Amino acid sequence: MVKDVSSNSDENLIQAAEYVEKPESQLKEMWETLKQNKAAVVGLFIIALLALIALAVWGSELLGKQILPYDPNYSDMTKSFIWPNAEHWFGTDQLGRDMLSRILDGTKISLFVGVAAVAISLSIGVMLGAIAGYRGGKTDAFIMRVMDVMLSIPSILLAIAFMAALGKGLDKAVIAIGLVSIPEYARIVRGSILSVKENDYVQAAKVIGNKDSRIIFKHILPNIISLIVVRATLGISTAVLDTAALGFLGLGVQPPYAEWGDMLGRARGFIFTAPYTLIFPGIAITIIVLAFNLLGDGLRDALDPKSRIK
Amino acid sequence: MNEVLMKVQDLSKHFTIETDWFGKPVSVLKAVDEVSFTIDKGEAFGLVGESGCGKTTLGKILVNLYSPSNGKIIFEGKELTGLNEKQRRSYCKDIQMIFQDPFASLNPRMTIGDIIAEPIIINHLLPTSEVEERVIYLLNCVGLARHQRNRYPHEFSGGQRQRVGIARALAVEPKLIVCDEPVSALDVSIQAQVLNLLDDLKAEFGLTYLFIAHGLNVVKHISDRVGVMYLGKLMEIAPKRELYANPLHPYTQALLSAIPIINPEKKKERIILKGDVPSPINPPAGCRFCSRCFKELDHCKLNSPVLKEISPDHWVACHLFD
Amino acid sequence: MLLEVKNLRTEFKLKRGTVRAVDDISFTIDKGEILAIVGESGSGKSVTSLSIMGLLQKPGRIAGGEISFKSQDLNKMSQKELQKIRGNQISMIFQEPMTSLNPVWRIKDQIMENIMTHMKISKKEALARTIEMLDTVGIPSPAERANDYPHQMSGGMRQRVMTAMALSCEPELLIADEPTTALDVTIQAQILELLYQMREKFHMAVLLITHDLGVVSEAADRVIVMYCGKIVEEADVKSLFSQPLHPYTVGLLQSIPQIDDESDQRLYMIKGMVPNPLNMPPGCYFSDRCDSCMERCTQEMPELQEINGHKVRCFLYDKAKEGELSAK
Repeated sequence: MVKDVSSNSDENLIQAAEYVEKPESQLKEMWETLKQNKAAVVGLFIIALLALIALAVWGSELLGKQILPYDPNYSDMTKSFIWPNAEHWFGTDQLGRDMLSRILDGTKISLFVGVAAVAISLSIGVMLGAIAGYRGGKTDAFIMRVMDVMLSIPSILLAIAFMAALGKGLDKAVIAIGLVSIPEYARIVRGSILSVKENDYVQAAKVIGNKDSRIIFKHILPNIISLIVVRATLGISTAVLDTAALGFLGLGVQPPYAEWGDMLGRARGFIFTAPYTLIFPGIAITIIVLAFNLLGDGLRDALDPKSRIK
Repeated sequence: MNEVLMKVQDLSKHFTIETDWFGKPVSVLKAVDEVSFTIDKGEAFGLVGESGCGKTTLGKILVNLYSPSNGKIIFEGKELTGLNEKQRRSYCKDIQMIFQDPFASLNPRMTIGDIIAEPIIINHLLPTSEVEERVIYLLNCVGLARHQRNRYPHEFSGGQRQRVGIARALAVEPKLIVCDEPVSALDVSIQAQVLNLLDDLKAEFGLTYLFIAHGLNVVKHISDRVGVMYLGKLMEIAPKRELYANPLHPYTQALLSAIPIINPEKKKERIILKGDVPSPINPPAGCRFCSRCFKELDHCKLNSPVLKEISPDHWVACHLFD
Repeated sequence: MLLEVKNLRTEFKLKRGTVRAVDDISFTIDKGEILAIVGESGSGKSVTSLSIMGLLQKPGRIAGGEISFKSQDLNKMSQKELQKIRGNQISMIFQEPMTSLNPVWRIKDQIMENIMTHMKISKKEALARTIEMLDTVGIPSPAERANDYPHQMSGGMRQRVMTAMALSCEPELLIADEPTTALDVTIQAQILELLYQMREKFHMAVLLITHDLGVVSEAADRVIVMYCGKIVEEADVKSLFSQPLHPYTVGLLQSIPQIDDESDQRLYMIKGMVPNPLNMPPGCYFSDRCDSCMERCTQEMPELQEINGHKVRCFLYDKAKEGELSAK
């Protein structure tokens, strides 16, 4: 019965005092909180490591140098299915390619697909959500019904449908995965715009003569950016998973390029004879997805002002 | 002397709450219902009423946050209603607003300086090089220091934020400022500071105020004339001295008597109204106040009284004065 | 003596330091008395009431002092023991009646639950009592309205329901934290009148927490004025309003626009604002805003001293300075 003490002016002032003293930037404050969340720091560390690997592999490829233990695409049938040993830490696959090199090489594809797909869904989704939320009425109803229809189809099925229309290939997979998650961003953005829109400062912006577009970009979006960042971080992990799923079905990256889902798909016939060919790509996928999820959760805590004061 | 700045004629704002299958409204909330009044140049017109009476909606119509369902707004002889969005926006800078909640009315991601500079920049009032100087001048006007312009709203107290809100409204050199309960969210000792500031600015800049409040004592301090609203209708308008000394409408009488007096030895006869404010979705037919009125006549329930001038400048909408 | 608070200190441990929200305050409430604690935000008035109820949330904690209710120390009780007292012998009504009621429960279920946790009576009797309580607080056709959900009621009605719930177990002490702040003036008058009637009817004591001196003057018997966690003045309501002593109280009273004031003078202002709780001025906490500030005020904190039953914390009334004052 006697629960709600949140609307307590004294406590608010005491908590406000926390801020009065330090005119630090929001980013710095966020980082301070994020630092305290061990899981998020681990996630961030893993992501940084993966990004470093991806960059190194990509850079060396451009310069024509080899930094991986072996050429990931070089197959030597005489060396197929070598179990992990000192020479080939993760063993070799059915075509005699070094698994470790392939997995390291696959990092760059997974990261690229994750980020690129999210960039696509983010830009379109935020735009649609912002228009729907701010305009309201029929525009809102139309946009959101289309989104609802998209949401009602399982995302991987929808991605496959897009792939069927677009054709196979990495670039098409990115577009398909990007398109599929548009509704999530549109919904989140619309929802938060609906609540932010009612704030007096948005009305005040209108009273002083702002145009609608400026109100959206200057007054509304910056105030929900944190939400979008969290969602995007978590979205990357979904996109990585979706890529893997498409790869597994043979629709994503085409051979000989190393992609974890594709590796899983091709190795599934050897699950009993050479389980390591499935285990290592599987672990790689798990690690990257987990890392982004940990970071996303940590960011959410860091950006929520209520949990910031402890 | 009594030059009319704004004339509001039969202004209404109806919100549709529910529609039937064909989009025809079934239940309508009459937030503001055929309200007429004038505001003279240089005066402070107070608008008093309880929550849900439509006073804030009325204020928001005047600053173009809502478009009226009906009626006219005539500002300096020009009709604002009926203008298209772009033409209407050009009047924005003449009519500004100060909001109630100083914690919600400033964008938390902008510095104080940017908040005050924004109206100047988007309305192209000054060349970019002079904006900063103007911001500093405005900060001084409202009693803030120039070095505070690089800070964010969360670093300020409620009273200081309200000062920023006032500076933002002043930035475009408006002719009329709608003050929507500017002090009701502030501490008592800060209320007096802000009220005095508003008084000073009015004299300094020759401003006209529409001062909206639920507290009759605050309105009395700042206004020249006062209008009393109840459930979307204006019940009584009079110069403040007249209204407080000689309230005619039973609702005004009850409102006045409900104000606690800061003197425990002077216990006054109090009119305690029965019941609650009825929902504006289904207001009583006839006089809006009749469900709570203590002087109700037989025909009050049947037809709605119109605002009539009983004595010079004293208008009241009540069947007792037919 | 019903409740005695002795040297209560409540602290909030924050990253950047410790805020002493309630700083060594002592007061008593007698049976049947209405005591008002008045202060602005940050004065510690709400934290005081939460401390008494044992409802402080982290990072707040009681750092010292005693809260004895009928000679038992509430501060030393376990949460379980406190729960027995809370809602039964001490109950509370809050500022915002909307969020204090559970939106998915009917009114009657909420009140009945409260009654049945504290009283050993049957469901039927509890329902009868619920309806009787709703009637007592002035809800028309209580038997039907008991089936309503909170959102079907207006703010004033909900505050009445909260009051009915708080009074349902006939508490000996009612803590009312800004009970009328969210309400309109005409409804505020109704609720204050109701509190008064209920006090007469149930002979309970009321601790009224408010920022509104008007409400205090209407309702209270005795008043405590708090500023920055300290009691700065304590007196019965008549002498406080007729002869306020502390410069803060004087300033507050003068800065309120009076309805019967015919002059169009500027309002009196207390300059500046409430200091940051992490960075209090040395000496008297009010010294940086005080018009009568003396050198001594910025160096040491005055003690709360009693002058003819009227307590004040200010060097202006220091006994040692008495001669000097009258000489002036």
